[in-house]
Amino acid sequence: MSIWEYANPVKFIRTTDRLLPWLWGVAIACLGAGLIWGFFFTPDDFRQGSTVKIIYLHVPAALMAINAWLMMLVASLIWIVRRHHVSALAARAAAPVGAVMTVIALATGAIWGQPMWGTWWAWDPRLTSFLILFLFYLGYMALWEAIENDDTAADLTSILCLVGSVFALLSRYAVLFWNQGLHQGASLSMDAEENVADVFWYPLLVCIAGFVALFVALVFLRTQTEIRARRTRALRLRERMA
Amino acid sequence: MIALLARDLRLAVRAGGGFGLGLAFFLIVTVLVPFGVGPEAAILRAIAPGILWVSALLACLLSLDRIFALDHEDGSLDLLATAPLPMEGVAFVKAAAHWLTTGLPLVMAAPALGVLLHLPQAGYGWLLVSLALGTPALSVIGTFGAALTVGIKRGGLLLSLLVLPLYVPTLIFGAEVARRGAEGLPVQTPLLMLAGISLGAVALLPFASAAVLRINLR
Amino acid sequence: MPDLGSYAVYVIGAYAVSLGLIGALVWASVARARKVRAQLEEVERRPRHG
Repeated sequence: MSIWEYANPVKFIRTTDRLLPWLWGVAIACLGAGLIWGFFFTPDDFRQGSTVKIIYLHVPAALMAINAWLMMLVASLIWIVRRHHVSALAARAAAPVGAVMTVIALATGAIWGQPMWGTWWAWDPRLTSFLILFLFYLGYMALWEAIENDDTAADLTSILCLVGSVFALLSRYAVLFWNQGLHQGASLSMDAEENVADVFWYPLLVCIAGFVALFVALVFLRTQTEIRARRTRALRLRERMA
Repeated sequence: MIALLARDLRLAVRAGGGFGLGLAFFLIVTVLVPFGVGPEAAILRAIAPGILWVSALLACLLSLDRIFALDHEDGSLDLLATAPLPMEGVAFVKAAAHWLTTGLPLVMAAPALGVLLHLPQAGYGWLLVSLALGTPALSVIGTFGAALTVGIKRGGLLLSLLVLPLYVPTLIFGAEVARRGAEGLPVQTPLLMLAGISLGAVALLPFASAAVLRINLR
Repeated sequence: MPDLGSYAVYVIGAYAVSLGLIGALVWASVARARKVRAQLEEVERRPRHG
């Protein structure tokens, strides 16, 4: 028994079909509990007031935005090295989820920034990196859509994912350097984890768990969809040839 | 390799090859900026390095889809694939040809356009250095993007979407060198970073471009 | 309803935007999953030639 068994599409669908209801359950339960706990039953922060409640959406979404890209990177590597189709399709399935998470992180960040920093947007290194990450997601998805041959698309997008990862990392440091170069000493720190009190921390953990479950469930579902779509195409093609 | 380079250069210079288009585009964008932001010398002086860098980058982008498209259409790319020259070599030569026909003229023209934007005296040297160091990276990264989209009809827009995010680090460090140079600040750190990115891209990306080309020609 | 003070618009706005986006994503994924599944079943039910 090894993990590579799940590279078999049929086996993958069967297993994920069994797991999906549980994942949806965990996602709904955790998100519901965490968000309700956070929204209704946590005190206001003494400096941020009630805007601190945005953290329960912002931090998990930001985490998932980055982890989705990492997952795509791993899946792309597996596709390049071992050529399991499920892996390539999982990377494709994760991209839109990651992109939406990036948008949520950016949007909630902007909505939080308006009352707190007095501006919707600042060219803070973190914000800028996320914007760039979003652009990478867009390019990756656009490339998948543009290529007709499935294997070619999988190959090209995985290489784009590898090269993109390097450049995304480079951009992260470039942006850090660039912003410090522009505004010396500006301290728009968004580091929430470092100084959150327990009251905020526990509901946040629950929310993060909910987002992770939601992400896994969505990726499983979308990967299944991609597998089925590809099988449908293959069968139709065979019919037409016959 | 040299024969291929010479051929590409000849094709580019010949009518319809697109040589000079990038240069004209560079000029036009730079001229348009003052219309957009107003003619005050102080404002133009402050943004001149950034404007020159961004328009050079866009001019570079404009000619990217020509790198492989014509060769792909008439089949010479398939010939190159079966030639004894490794694909990495082809990708490298293509990038070099693009740089010689687009990047180098841009570098040469930049100081003239700097005059239009009231670039401070101290800035010209560093502007030249930063563009000379940065445009090879733009060409190599662009060649990678062109290789990715070679099989796609009307892939020009997709090409920009893929390549522009990859240009971010080069642009940041390049423009930073030019800006600091113009303001008389020390430029060593961004200059080293820019050189690092450029050398790294020139050394490694032809391998990625070659892999992508092989996939596309399969 | 907790007392959100003067920031109520922002907090509720953030929740609305996020939940809206998540909802749209889930809805789109589920809708496409259903559609593709139905298509596949339809193709597989057809008699095979050859």
